Amino acid sequence: MSRRTQYLLFALWVILLASTPLWASNYVVRLAVTIAMFTALTLSWNFIGGFTGYPSFSTAAFFGLGCYAGALSERAGVPMLLAWGIATLVVGAFAAALGAIILRLKGHYFAIGSIGVVEVVRLVISSWGSLTGGGDGLNLPLLAGGPNVVARIFLAVMLAIMIVTFLITVVVDRSRLGFGLRCIQQNEDAANMAGVNVTLYKVIAFTLSALFCGTIGAAYASWTGYIDPSDSFSILMSIKVPVMCLLGGPGTILGPVIGTAAFTLLEEVFWANFLDYNRAILGVVIVILIFFLPGGLLGLSYRDAMARIGGMFGRTKAAA
Amino acid sequence: MDYLQTLVNGIVLGTLYACLAVGFSLVWGVLNVINMLHGSLIIFGGYLTYFAWHSYGIHPLLALPAVSLLMFAIGYLTQLTMINRVVNQPVLTTLTLTFGLDLILYNFMTVYYTATPRRVTLDLGVVDLGGVVIPFDRLLGMALALILTGILYLMMKRSKIGRAIVAVRMDSAAAALMGIKVNSIYAITFGIGSLMAGATGAIFAMVYPVTTNLSGAYLGKAFVVCVVGGLGSVQGALVGGIVLGIIESFAGQFFGPQHALTVGFLLMLVLLVVRPTGLTGVKGYE
Repeated sequence: MSRRTQYLLFALWVILLASTPLWASNYVVRLAVTIAMFTALTLSWNFIGGFTGYPSFSTAAFFGLGCYAGALSERAGVPMLLAWGIATLVVGAFAAALGAIILRLKGHYFAIGSIGVVEVVRLVISSWGSLTGGGDGLNLPLLAGGPNVVARIFLAVMLAIMIVTFLITVVVDRSRLGFGLRCIQQNEDAANMAGVNVTLYKVIAFTLSALFCGTIGAAYASWTGYIDPSDSFSILMSIKVPVMCLLGGPGTILGPVIGTAAFTLLEEVFWANFLDYNRAILGVVIVILIFFLPGGLLGLSYRDAMARIGGMFGRTKAAA
Repeated sequence: MDYLQTLVNGIVLGTLYACLAVGFSLVWGVLNVINMLHGSLIIFGGYLTYFAWHSYGIHPLLALPAVSLLMFAIGYLTQLTMINRVVNQPVLTTLTLTFGLDLILYNFMTVYYTATPRRVTLDLGVVDLGGVVIPFDRLLGMALALILTGILYLMMKRSKIGRAIVAVRMDSAAAALMGIKVNSIYAITFGIGSLMAGATGAIFAMVYPVTTNLSGAYLGKAFVVCVVGGLGSVQGALVGGIVLGIIESFAGQFFGPQHALTVGFLLMLVLLVVRPTGLTGVKGYE
């Protein structure tokens, strides 16, 4: 798919999501907000996980930190929009400092380290009761106007964040930075030898992957009006976001968008029909994804998929 | 005297942690797979033991070998039919796959057993050693944990399969050239990892409540123990487990129990950056 087609499809998708209040029920509008939110998270993860190839599972740490930074600023009397800005900066600074430390790790160690970060931040937040309310969570003032109006406001907000992350993705994709990140993904040592400032590039990618998670976290906190540690720092989110990206096609521009849309819609169907087993079905989706769609939906060709399914039933011995 | 009690508590806890993590460490070291399924496998072993005791009156000590063998079979088949297909792919793929499998197992356990905490109550009393008090069930758990890790250590050192696993860990390509069936060794290794998880579950059922809510916490412990002790060796898991147990025990004493976990994870992050080979620095079974 050419880049121009991908831009065009994205524009159409934005228009479709933005127009939901005109033709659909509030349920669909709410779904559109969720899709826009997760698309922005997935596009963010794509900088570090897709372009650079570092298996980061820190999304929940950034999102949760954004929730709390935003909520605490708002409760201290800062206006909402400014509070979101503060959350963005706090999370960005946190990610830059953290990245300089843990990006020295590779592969499995990086993966474990990034999961450990989620746990540490969650534990600190939940045991620092005097500031954060601990396990009881924090309440935030709800916006005036009732749920319908509020859903529309946050649809606009989340779509705006989604568009900004997409534009940054486009810029990174076409710039020296994106080229350097792809070099790191293919062979970090070679990239280093060829004169790519590996450390700087990785830290930039990591910070980009965190920055808007902070904004989204803060906006999410204002939207729901209540946050608590186990909801804000759920390891499930840290895994879901990479899975969405893998589903669409990591390292591409439109892949994260397609993957999130497909995943969220599937999940919604499962929630509605199999309430008890929705997690298990999520697991089945992941397993199918890993076996049959290694390049994501964007990399899909009909012949490949059929060959894979044939191979699965024909020969059971995997290549050594 | 108080410190001695804390230290002993830490060591008892630490041996349980070692038993919990040794299977995870083996799988990570040999297969290069971060097994997100490990926590749920422990819980599954715990449930099997609990229901054997609760419904049929089978003593946990008798159930333990049967549960372990069943878990070996489950692990062996999982690896052979599923994980072997992607075992050479990057960590993102393998980790995501095992997480998907974890979601499936976790969901079925939650639906069938519900999240209500259950525990095998043996009422064995306590052991008093000159002022240091240890509940007898914990002491029994510690002894079992030490026996199991000891058997695993000997198996790795002495048996033909153990040496083959070590060979695959050192260089899988060279091992294949020497006539070792690498895929089959992978499956056996994952089977042993699951076996240890099942046995840990059986031991834990006597000491702690069994509930699916704990699977994530156990998995987190396995991460920390592996990183602290060093990857893929029995002695590494033992050192890591005991160090973590003692640190958590003292951190709980000084900062309050809610901070004990945080200290463990912080220790892990620091060690990851400063000394990724772990405290023992051993990279294999050589």
